[in-house]
Amino acid sequence: MTERPGPPIAMLAELTHRCPLSCSYCSNPLELTARERELPTDVWARVFREAADLGVLQLHLSGGEPASRRDLQDLVKAARDANLYVNLITSGIGLTPARLDALEAAGLDHVQLSLQAIDAEKADWIGGYSGGFARKLSFAGEVRQRGIPLTVNAVMHRHTIDDIDAAIAFAADLGARRIEVACVQFYGWALANRAALLPSRDQVTRAKSAVAAARRAYAGRMTIDFVPPDYYADYPKACMGGWGSTGLNIAPDGTALPCHAAATIPGLRFDRVTDRSLAEIWYDGAAFNAFRGHEWMQEPCRSCARRDRDHGGCRCQAMALASDPHAADPVCHHSAARSIVDHIISEQTAASPPFIYRSHKHQ
Amino acid sequence: MNADPVPLLPRGTRLHHDRVRDTMVLLVPERALLLDEIGTAILQEVDGKSTLAAISARLAERYGAPEPDVAADIRAFLDGLVAQRLVDYQ
Ligand code: SF4
Ligand code: SF4
Repeated sequence: MTERPGPPIAMLAELTHRCPLSCSYCSNPLELTARERELPTDVWARVFREAADLGVLQLHLSGGEPASRRDLQDLVKAARDANLYVNLITSGIGLTPARLDALEAAGLDHVQLSLQAIDAEKADWIGGYSGGFARKLSFAGEVRQRGIPLTVNAVMHRHTIDDIDAAIAFAADLGARRIEVACVQFYGWALANRAALLPSRDQVTRAKSAVAAARRAYAGRMTIDFVPPDYYADYPKACMGGWGSTGLNIAPDGTALPCHAAATIPGLRFDRVTDRSLAEIWYDGAAFNAFRGHEWMQEPCRSCARRDRDHGGCRCQAMALASDPHAADPVCHHSAARSIVDHIISEQTAASPPFIYRSHKHQ
Repeated sequence: MNADPVPLLPRGTRLHHDRVRDTMVLLVPERALLLDEIGTAILQEVDGKSTLAAISARLAERYGAPEPDVAADIRAFLDGLVAQRLVDYQ
């Protein structure tokens, strides 16, 4: 047994998998959860209280599109009553001014607005929803007018990363205090669409210098967080800050996951918030303990000097690329499976294959 | 920039007592900053009305420390938060 972990700081509540958009880069699983299986309002409210008791400070309301839940304002209120900081992660579609009023009254702290692209034609093509961009713009205007703190999440991949300067300017014009320029990571639908999404090495290099220049230009006005695609890195990212160490995800049906893709790892046993308390799940749940500490590690991670820094990288990526959730993350250049990543990069074609849009067809 | 601005916590930044870890934290968009005793003392004086000089004078007196040193520490601490857009000067 490893030593007892500290309490989690953040919880991501995937309120629903329903969403009016169907982005090819969506990190939701291929098997989307149907509406009938979503947790009801009162169970979420209890889970929020249990989370606060456990030590969670930040609550991210996500999905799918959280606005697809008609009880969203009640959920925000319940979370604020539990003393959590409430962040809404949204595409902005489906939130009328009246609903936004209600969310504000319920105590919503912050909005993270996704940006598929900076013009309507491209954004609607990427999101697979005609008219979506126009609705997003009017939502953004409402957020701005109310002074609700805003972070723009500009989603970067081979079709958008060259527009990075315009995306940053777009966020600044909206009055955002922060922009997250996040390259797509390959889980769920994004993994199925990898060939259509992975940017080239040159694109990433240019984006990095654009971010450096923009950080100087917007200093004191807007902070810029950049998440590069880890396929081009020498070392993996410390996924979730370490498995079961800082945060947890709750799927729409109440399954508690150490990260949003954890269900792709075979053999893990996941608890549901309807069966056990969040504290029991966090401290004693089998899935949360599966990759804590160092015992589970193989070489080269086990004796690596960086093992407490990146925790061997992402378990789901090790599963997806090396078919072994205990292996080093294959993006690591010490990994025997790094050749798999290099091969994927070398297979990039000049023309992008078409998107496979997110849908319920797998059900 | 104003030499003696009035700092304020903008909407979206909240001072919060974390009862589980028994510490004060600054809750900000998508993050929580753990505060030490000094950070807490400074932010508790940030009321959107007091100037930096007024805050410095109060804390210098409370801690029995030389006011110029206290003012410099407060300025450095708040400048760092202002640069991240977590505190505003007005
Ligand atoms: S990534 Fe797109 S499809 Fe997936 S939840 Fe977000 S807006 Fe909806
Ligand atoms: S060998 Fe393992 S621990 Fe070391 S850098 Fe690579 S992934 Fe991280």
